[in-house]
This record gives sequence, C-alpha cells and structure tokens, in this order.
Amino acid sequence: MNKMSSPRWGLLAVCAIFGTLSQAMAAPIRVGLVLDKGGKDDKSFNAAAFHGAQDAQQKLGIQLKVVEATDDNAFEAMHRALAQKQFDLVIGVGISQGDAVKKVAAAFPDRRFALVDAEVSAPNVRSLLFQEHEGSFLMGVAAAMASRSGKVGFIGGMEIPLIKRFEMGYQAGVRHVNPKIEVLSSYVGVTSEAWNNPPKGKELALSQYGRGVDVIFAAAGASNLGLFDAAEEKQKFAIGSDSNQNWIKPGRVLTSMLKRVDVAVFNAIELAAQGRFEGGIIRHGLGDQGVDAAVDANNDKILTREIRTRLESVKKQILAGKIQVPDYYQQRK
Amino acid sequence: MSDLIGILESSLRIASPLIFAAMGGLLCERSGVIQIGLEGLMIVGGFAAAVGALQTGSAAAGLAAAALAGVVFGYVYAELSVRFRANQIVAGTGMNFLAMGLVPFLSKVLYENTGTTPSLPLEQRLSWHWAVVLALGIVAGVAWMIRSTPVGLWIRFAGEHPAALESAGISPRRVRMRSVIAGSALAAMGGAVLSIGLASAYSRNMVAGRGFMALTALIFGKWRAWPALGACLLFGLAEGLQVRFQSGAIPVQLMQVLPYALTLVVLAGFVGRARAPQALGRQD
Repeated sequence: MNKMSSPRWGLLAVCAIFGTLSQAMAAPIRVGLVLDKGGKDDKSFNAAAFHGAQDAQQKLGIQLKVVEATDDNAFEAMHRALAQKQFDLVIGVGISQGDAVKKVAAAFPDRRFALVDAEVSAPNVRSLLFQEHEGSFLMGVAAAMASRSGKVGFIGGMEIPLIKRFEMGYQAGVRHVNPKIEVLSSYVGVTSEAWNNPPKGKELALSQYGRGVDVIFAAAGASNLGLFDAAEEKQKFAIGSDSNQNWIKPGRVLTSMLKRVDVAVFNAIELAAQGRFEGGIIRHGLGDQGVDAAVDANNDKILTREIRTRLESVKKQILAGKIQVPDYYQQRK
Repeated sequence: MSDLIGILESSLRIASPLIFAAMGGLLCERSGVIQIGLEGLMIVGGFAAAVGALQTGSAAAGLAAAALAGVVFGYVYAELSVRFRANQIVAGTGMNFLAMGLVPFLSKVLYENTGTTPSLPLEQRLSWHWAVVLALGIVAGVAWMIRSTPVGLWIRFAGEHPAALESAGISPRRVRMRSVIAGSALAAMGGAVLSIGLASAYSRNMVAGRGFMALTALIFGKWRAWPALGACLLFGLAEGLQVRFQSGAIPVQLMQVLPYALTLVVLAGFVGRARAPQALGRQD
C-alpha cells in the first residue's frame, strides 16, 4: 500500500504545481453559463443570455462554458459540477434555477454566482432582476395604438407569477391608451415544456386572431415562434419578447419587449473579471434601459412615429412616477 | 359559427401528428412488439423532415426524409427487440433517449446549435389540410390492411399466436421486423407533420410528450385503427377546447389530464374490455 502511494503523491504534487502555474500565468476567469430548457437557440430569453456571455468572451477574453438543461432536475447537478471544477463565476439563467443556485451557493461560499430572474439573498450571489411589468406596459401601449379591431391578445408560456407580471403590465398599458379595448389572454401550459411548444403557441395565436384580435404580445420563450408563424399566415401583428425578435418576420413583428439579459450577464462577467464582483439584488428597468421597446430597420415602417412618440412620453411618465404600473409581485403580497 | 369551425380546425390540426404516430404504434404492437419509442421516432422524424425540406425546398421531400429516418430508427429497434430479444420497454426507452441526444448532436454539426433548425418559408411547409387528408388515408389503409389482407392476417397472428403462424411456415420474427420498421416510418411522419406542418422548423424538445399521447390513444382505441383515430380526435378536441376556452370556467389543468384520465377509465374496464394482443411483449 505504502509503496503504491508514493509515486501517486509525486504525480499529484506535479499536477498541483502546474495547476498553480497555469492559473498565475493566464488568469482569464472561467465562466459557466447554465441555460434553461429553451436552450441558446430559443431566439428569445436564453439567446439573450448566451449573446451577453459570448460578447464577454470576445471582449474580455474569458473562458466560457455553456451548458443546457434538458430537465428541471439537472440544474443543481450542473451548478455543483461547475462550482467543483473551479469555475470563478457560474451564471444560472431562468426562474426555475433559483433553488439550485441557493443550495449550491451555500455549499460553495468562495465561488461566485449570478442568477437571472430569481432572487437569492446570499453574499456570493448576484440576482439579476428586471422590471418586466414596465416593459410590458409599453407593449400594451403599442398594441392598443396599432390595433384596428379593438381587440388585442396576450400569450404566456408557463403559467407562473413572472409571466402574470408581463400580462398585468400589458393589460394596464392597453387600458392606458383605450380602456374599451378587450384583452384576450392564453397560456401555453403549466409545465416547463410550455417554453418549447411552437405548435401550441401557434394554435393559441390562430384562435385569438380568429376571434378578431389583430395584435398579440407573447412571452413564451421558444413558443413565440408559433405566434410569428400565425401572424405571417393571417397577416396580423405580433409582439416578441426578451430578445429583439423583430427580424424573425420583418413587417409582422410590431416590436419586441427587450429584456436586456445580455447586458446584465455581460456586466456580471465584467465585474467578476475585474475582481469587483458583489452579491446582491440588481433591478434593471426602464431607467437603465434594462427593459425597452425594440426599434430597428425591421419594424421601422409598421411602428408609426405616432406610436414611438407616445412610447417615449409614457416612458418619461413612468420614470417620473406619473404613471403607476401595477406589479403582479406586489399585488400578491 | 365561425368559432365552432375554428375549434374543429384546431382540433384536427392538433390530432393529425397523433394519428400518424398512433397508426405507427398500431402496426408495431399488433405484431406483438411493444412500441414505447413513439416519442423518439417523432423527434427524429420531425428533425429529419425539417432538414429534408430545407435542403430540397419541398415539403414532400421532407416527409420522405422523415419516413426514411423512421425506417433506420425502426430497423435498429427491430434488431434489438426482435432479433436480439432485448426487453422491449428498456429498448424502447433507450431509443427515446437516443433520439433526444442524437438530434442536438446532428443540429450541432449541421447548424451550429443545440437542436433547432432554421425556419422554413411559408410555401415550403406542409399545409395542414394535406396532413389531415393523409392521416385519414393512412387510418383507412391500416384498418383495411389489418382486417382484409394476408399481410394483415400475419401481423395479427404474430401478435396473437405466433406459434400458429410458424406452423404455417411463416416466420413471426420476420413479420414483426417488417411491421416494426413500417410502423416506425409512420410514427416518424407524425413528427414531420409537427415540425414542417404545424410549425415552421424543428425546435428543441418540441414533441413534448405527443408520442406518449399517441401511445395512450392507441391503448384507448383498444389497438384498433378506427377507435384509435377516434381517441386521437377526442384528445385533439380536448386540446382544441382548451385552446379556445382557457381561463374560462374549467381549469386548464383539468383539461390537460382529461386524455390520460379517460384512458385509465378505459383500461380499468369501465368502457368495455381493452384487450392487448396476446403475445404483446412476449419473446418467442
């Protein structure tokens, strides 16, 4: 037994020396990004997080590893594995990773974590939250002004408080423009599969369009793609969410509610790279353009100047506190 | 009135991929091989159809690509379950996991992403009218073949009484192999309807349990073609009603368990007897 162990110890020592050397020499920080079930190609929420991290990789020269969960039970194992493998910063994307990050962050107090959409109070966790209701309010204003039929729609992904927050803000925005406009809302489902079900998203959209709706706002991850297909077929308007989705069907996507997960993720990585990372709860809203309405060449013609000026003035009024946007999170308490 | 038509159209659309998969499952199971891998077949079929349609610009070619992928997958499963006599539940589950892993891998190679294909333009998609017509044609074809052709008789004997088939000089294992391969092609076409018919691309995890729903419809339909079609339409209608009357008086969750609850009722023997093929899953 003793004879066996001495060469092994030698090997370990060599490894340790090399390990410290390589760390001291290169020192690009290692970042692990854990995406939600939608995956980096959902063209929406996860895509935004991925682009932020990719941007950081190019500009800051960090080492990036991206993993995607195939089911909700995988999150904890993934965070744990990344923490064990000496990743300097592990980023969880999505509300369903809250519990996993809470547990793993407590078990690895010297590792740093960032978490999008969920709140964990721990000194080594930076929770990145967004004022979705404010952005959704803007979408409601745009939808109500673009609608000719007096009916607009909302399609949510999974029925959870986060998406209810979108819905409530949107409805308030619609009513702010015209209280007589009717808002239909539907949800894709009650499990996390709802984020990946474009055919169901399309059915819901076709059903709403069939009932006279002419603008639909969707916050349903990859299921948004079904809405865009339906909008193209029926020649009606759609509104995207999280990423800028105007390009997916140019001319049919009125605007998108930007949720700058990319910027928040980039900032968290940059702080960690500069050694200035701090835990805490960071809220991004209209003020820092963490949420906003997307305007680009793809919706230049359909998002009229009238709508754009109104959006700007509504933004100012919300920031000045003249418009109170109802927040589902607050109303539940 | 237009509301009613809307609901019916929606139900038919939702049912059409289920019908393909249920008929595929029927061919496998009537020959005596448990087919729990419908989900995986729909996944590979959906992906292959999207890739095929993108490459050729034709929905029909996409459908053919799906059938081909189904044949390949079905062949592997038939080898495992019929020739090598692997436990069919385990092998079928294995095929499901293989499909879930293979598609992200292939899309990484083809499109540098993890399980999503680029979107098809409107004119290259399969119109849902065609999908429904094709689905109904397949039901009629399968029902007729099982009931009135020699091949159908062999399939039934392979599933009910393989020893009798063998004594007539026909190898039940060969019948099963072919039946599984043909059934797998049909099930994969169900995935194609989903990806290039009801959506405009294959996207990650988009099958979302529809394969298991089709299997449920098959059992609900007591392993017979027309009743299985009825079950698919009923599930489609339940979902179609849910799409239309969501946030109404009936909770969404209740509507979503309806197909499964109904199947349990049938299996428990409240609506006549559901009898599986006698030799289903038996290795002889």
